[in-house]
Amino acid sequence: MTHVYATRGFPRALETAGSWLLGVLWVLPLAYAAWTAFHPAEFATRFVPTAPLTLENFGKAWQAAPFARYFVNTVLLVTTVLAAQLVLVTLAAYAFARFLFPGRNLLFALVLVQLMVMPDVLIVENYRTMTALGLKDTILAIGLPYMASAFGIFLLRQTFKTVPRELDEAARVEGCGPLAVLWKVYVPLARPVYLAYALVSVSYHWNNFLWPLIITNSVESRPLTVGLQVFSSGDQGIDWSIITAATLLTTAPLLIAFLLFQRQFVQSFMRAGIR
Amino acid sequence: MTRGAQWLYGWLLLLPAAALLALFTHYPALATLWHSFQSTPKAGRPAAWVGLANYRQLADDPIFWQALANNLWFALGTIPASIALALLMAVWVNGLLPGRGILRLAYFTPTVLPMIAVANIWLFFYTPEYGLLEKALGVFGAGTHNWLGSKDTALVCLMAVTVWKEAGFFMIFYLAALQSMSPHLAEAAAIDGASRAYFFRRVTFPLLMPTTLFVLVNAVINAFRLVDHVVVMTRGGPDNATSLLLFYVYEIGFRFWDSAYAAALTMVLLSLLAAAALAQFWFLERKVHYQ
Repeated sequence: MTHVYATRGFPRALETAGSWLLGVLWVLPLAYAAWTAFHPAEFATRFVPTAPLTLENFGKAWQAAPFARYFVNTVLLVTTVLAAQLVLVTLAAYAFARFLFPGRNLLFALVLVQLMVMPDVLIVENYRTMTALGLKDTILAIGLPYMASAFGIFLLRQTFKTVPRELDEAARVEGCGPLAVLWKVYVPLARPVYLAYALVSVSYHWNNFLWPLIITNSVESRPLTVGLQVFSSGDQGIDWSIITAATLLTTAPLLIAFLLFQRQFVQSFMRAGIR
Repeated sequence: MTRGAQWLYGWLLLLPAAALLALFTHYPALATLWHSFQSTPKAGRPAAWVGLANYRQLADDPIFWQALANNLWFALGTIPASIALALLMAVWVNGLLPGRGILRLAYFTPTVLPMIAVANIWLFFYTPEYGLLEKALGVFGAGTHNWLGSKDTALVCLMAVTVWKEAGFFMIFYLAALQSMSPHLAEAAAIDGASRAYFFRRVTFPLLMPTTLFVLVNAVINAFRLVDHVVVMTRGGPDNATSLLLFYVYEIGFRFWDSAYAAALTMVLLSLLAAAALAQFWFLERKVHYQ
């Protein structure tokens, strides 16, 4: 609400209380998990302010499963996917934004189909394809279906269309070919959109679970999410202190990055949503 | 550039992305349709054309109907709630309330976490006797209850997790839209004596319609796409009370390895997504107010 409609007095106090209550409710599950992870097991569900803090649960979790390897796998996964996406999406968006060729509209519509028919739903057939290609249980297989991203193509096409034609033509007069124009004019101008897209993509693939669960079955290719699930549904018994520690451990890099770059994150998600 | 060169460049630039899209989106969608009319190949018995047999099996499968019903309830329970909460959060965070920076952080944080981590945390939250929910209710003298183990409450528990995770994400889009609205609108309305509620109903809300459409499309897709929490928290149980369509596809396809029946199930999922897309655009296209 804008200033004119800002509430005063009692309604304002009520509104503040409501917003904070919701905020507390939203933080509660996380705070509870953090409490359990940082305290010895006997204090897992007893809230004594004097309970001793400990990192022991994190140490135990780290030793109980090959999380180091899972971290490497996830980092490999998100970087390969992002690198491939940036190249493929840039080229395709450039074609749609600046070139006239037969079938352009039909092809664009076919690209947009992926916004509805996502790889997440086509798990049975994609599993069959990966088996046929001999790629089952590899990091490449996890990333491959997502590399040509319709969302990215759409986002960048919109951005490229806002680039003034004059800039494009000026570069051409100076002797740049189409790819040089793309590299020297379009890509630099779209930098904030690339950042936004990269953040969205990294957090999506860091968090993706069902497809990696299906296509991987060894420590060498499992990403963190699947590793965490294998670990917490395994024969650990139900030691919540260690499971919550492992959960926080696997999300820590993303969470810390988010807390540090909160503004950029939020703005990126905003930018990616407004079309 | 000549016309021929334009054609050639256009196609060549598009080729890598188009090839991957065709291989992992268009081909599997069509292959799903094709395989849904065939039997599952087994050792020594290749796939054969069976016509509508898989679909007949579907019609007679009570678990499928339950998963479908669960999914529709799940959509109905999560979409309006998370959109309404998102709007409320955005209005609050956009206002002049004290501590709105921290509030925005609190609302948005669940969005950054993987659903699987969220599910682990909530699994603990719901644990009978030890979980925070039980502890909090115990203060009021409520008896112990197995929240995820009971047919009456399990699906609602999953909905709560989903709303918790999604509302902050949708808030961001509303916040962006609210911040791009001119303050003069409110000033003019206030001068004319419009109440706050009237202004919200007649000006703010209609202007937010494009955002609502965008958020709605995303929420519908997520309601059918995201089953990570089902895998972690309930595995579809108790007694299929929390089985959602995609989870059922996963079970049939990768626990019973019946790929033909899984294809028929996937077709249902795909047609639901397509129908939702068409309905939303058809219905909202006329009501959306573009600036």
